[in-house]
Amino acid sequence: MTKNEFINALKERHGAEIYEKLINSRAAVAGLGGLGSNVALALARAGVGELFLVDFDCVDITNLNRQQYDISDIGKPKTIALAQRIRAVNPIIRIKRKKIKVTENNAAELFCNYNIVCECFDKAENKAMLINTLLTSHKDFTVVSASGMAGYDTGNTIQSRRINDHFYICGDMVSGIEKGMGLMAPRVGICAMHQANTALRLMLGEKDV
Amino acid sequence: MAKINGKEVSEAKGKTVGRYIEENGYKKTYIAVEINGAILPKAEYESRIINDEDIIEIVNFVGGG
Repeated sequence: MTKNEFINALKERHGAEIYEKLINSRAAVAGLGGLGSNVALALARAGVGELFLVDFDCVDITNLNRQQYDISDIGKPKTIALAQRIRAVNPIIRIKRKKIKVTENNAAELFCNYNIVCECFDKAENKAMLINTLLTSHKDFTVVSASGMAGYDTGNTIQSRRINDHFYICGDMVSGIEKGMGLMAPRVGICAMHQANTALRLMLGEKDV
Repeated sequence: MAKINGKEVSEAKGKTVGRYIEENGYKKTYIAVEINGAILPKAEYESRIINDEDIIEIVNFVGGG
């Protein structure tokens, strides 16, 4: 398969106008676990032009139940393993990656080239930290966050909400790992696809959820 | 009356955001507070006093990802 064949296939699927909008769009994905690995792959398959992948961690055996890695990835930095996976489905995407722990001291600078940031962390305090840091930074960030996707309750409670023009959140808002529920591929995947769809809609100029 | 998470809350007026979230069982490190369309910086939780016109959204994050 050549790059041109891939581009033509995307254009045929989406139409030239949508293809052009997406290829000229970019997003950052903060955290490459069950949410982030799925969000990044979905955006890559859709034809988004550039992704910035950020995670400090390496692939662990306990990730395989819901994250887009395989056995051969165990021990690799998630940034590298996910970049390989993405390139295997999209040969034209630009991938930037950084193996780093995101903190309130580095977040605004780290993501400053990306208007759309997908918050895909697992710990509640890190989620809150990223939202509070980016959305009080006076830079033009829009964050697509996630909260509440543990367990195997109905998937129908997972929704996308718009808090304001710069803050979207996906999930059921209550099902956390604190309640003893594990994280399982289906509900984490549903939530990740809500995030990816919200990010995609923003790239295409749709601000409603 | 101030509106918090979609409901009119009579007892919020005159309290600081910090006091309101503490009284209602929120943990400061797990939340983001939006007032009238903008995220309130954490440094202002103890000084920002809730008034009748405020529309407030307290987003409480739970773990998992």
